[in-house]
Amino acid sequence: MSDYQPVLLARLGKKSSCALETYVADGGYASWKKVLAGAKSGEWTPAKVTDLVKASGLRGRGGAGFPTGMKWTFVPPKEKRGDKPVYLLCNADESEPGTFKDRLLIETDPHQILEGMMLASFALEVKHAYVYIRGEMVHGAEILNAAVAEAYAAGLLGRDLLGSGVDLDVTIHRGAGAYICGEETALIESIEGKRGHPRIKPPFPAVSGAWNAPTVVNNVETLCCVKHILDRGPDWFKAIGRNDRNTGPKLYCVSGHVEKPGVYEAPMGILFKDLLAMCGGVKGGRKLKAVIPGGASAPMLTADEILEVPMDFDGVAAAKSMLGSAAVVVMDETTDMPKAVTNISKFFAHESCGQCTPCREGTPWLNKMLKRIVNGEGRQADVDLLLQVAGQMGNGMTICVFADAAIAPVLSAVPKFRAEFEAYVARSKKPGFDEPAPSDITPKVAERMAEGMHS
Amino acid sequence: MSGGAGTPVAELAGNPRTGEHGALSCGHPVAFSPAALERFEALLTRYPTKQAALLPTLWIAQEEFGWISREAVDYVASLLDLAPAFVWGVVTFYTMYNRAPVGKHLIQVCTSISCHLAGAEKVYHECRRKLGDLKPGETSLDGKYTVIEVECLAQCDKAPAVMVNGDDYERITLENLDSFLEKLK
Repeated sequence: MSDYQPVLLARLGKKSSCALETYVADGGYASWKKVLAGAKSGEWTPAKVTDLVKASGLRGRGGAGFPTGMKWTFVPPKEKRGDKPVYLLCNADESEPGTFKDRLLIETDPHQILEGMMLASFALEVKHAYVYIRGEMVHGAEILNAAVAEAYAAGLLGRDLLGSGVDLDVTIHRGAGAYICGEETALIESIEGKRGHPRIKPPFPAVSGAWNAPTVVNNVETLCCVKHILDRGPDWFKAIGRNDRNTGPKLYCVSGHVEKPGVYEAPMGILFKDLLAMCGGVKGGRKLKAVIPGGASAPMLTADEILEVPMDFDGVAAAKSMLGSAAVVVMDETTDMPKAVTNISKFFAHESCGQCTPCREGTPWLNKMLKRIVNGEGRQADVDLLLQVAGQMGNGMTICVFADAAIAPVLSAVPKFRAEFEAYVARSKKPGFDEPAPSDITPKVAERMAEGMHS
Repeated sequence: MSGGAGTPVAELAGNPRTGEHGALSCGHPVAFSPAALERFEALLTRYPTKQAALLPTLWIAQEEFGWISREAVDYVASLLDLAPAFVWGVVTFYTMYNRAPVGKHLIQVCTSISCHLAGAEKVYHECRRKLGDLKPGETSLDGKYTVIEVECLAQCDKAPAVMVNGDDYERITLENLDSFLEKLK
């Protein structure tokens, strides 16, 4: 790994790295200018850019890992979409607990993101692209706005760019504090000026998204990868990953109990143990207990389960978790797992958008039960009740996958660290703590209802 | 989605009816300054619909008025040809629009998982205790401080992370809390 040269973070630490001047000096916008120069002659076509991205094997860096080039091809061709414009939305609503890679890209190399957006816009024939940046990143939005202004002034954005006949506008749009807006259809609702309620799919955004027009939503890091694929070609990109399904450079956000938390760039598929070594190992030389490999939504893995795992989409999925946003939260042996899960459950209870009953009601219930367990007021049956409630929330019960994310920590940590939850309950000071859980009342309720129906 | 910055304590406790759409009144009509109006007009050119400018217009309103009052809701609604109740529905969905006046320093302590692992809850409680036993979202009597708990600030490598107004602060612990608060004065 030591001979790996960073791609996405290559300009990290350089003086005035946010300025257009230094970006261009480092070879920036060469691909955008190349594509614009060849647009009229037909040397560069949207299909050609899309094909390069498809050939690279690039998969979305926002969480789902969907192949980017394929996502682009879902946009209906001109004959079918008629006069409707196509929109590109750069998802910079980075809110997944444990994730902080996009913030670093925004705050240190905004032109890299813009160039990726320009190239994606060319491929999708987009005339107006937006960056949806989370409201909390106040300085990030300022930096992006400054970069956009520079790009307009340099003729890289605007009308008839460099005489190519290509028009492109970019607008920076600030969110206002809502985790769910990172979900692409919620993001679309939000940018339309509404509450961020996810939409039922289909139709998928590529067919009918923002303002009922075909829309592609791509993550910040994904778009940065597009720029490098156009710079150096799909074969170079592919050669970086572990295999053809997990390609390219990857940013890992490592936080929690490690010596040197931070954003680390490595080839997609680095083994967890090697990533941990890059971060200086577990803090204080303590023992590793558990890891969340892909942000709060990802099932937790124990130390034994994760050490040899290749940190890519398929590698982490094979270990029954997900790479997600590659937010790696490391927990050492001193971690109180019931308290950690309670903390995460509070996040999801707060952030549920409230549209679907299983999620709106289920997330606060999970949090309430976990809170009473760690507050020493749990019942013996609560541990199973947690699993029972969580088991009724996911797997297609709701419009979006938020509920699946909310139950992942519970469904993974409770079985894996059950003794810790039971120890809390055993110390419970609540009178009658060993009584059956309310779930056992259900048959009686059913009985009464049956009686009522007969009378 | 509730309990965001500046949710008045009274509202958390009892939800007083304060107007047609629930927003608190600031007691007088409001309007944008010429500079703000200019920014608003420029916004409208960036979106295919007027409604899409709602979030950014609310941001301008918050900068102009400090918080989103009943009058601000009505004003923004009239600017964008939207129903005030719809605008209020949007305001309450997002946590960052202040629904009551907040202190000069809005101290936002992250307590999500990575910050939790670094002891953020203790920092949050101690911060409120030191500023006069403030309740969550309550503003100190001198109008200087409001302390709230927020979700992940994407500063997990610098846990516990704190944001004051729009500025990021890193690794705020029980040990350096005093000097952090001193700097804010």
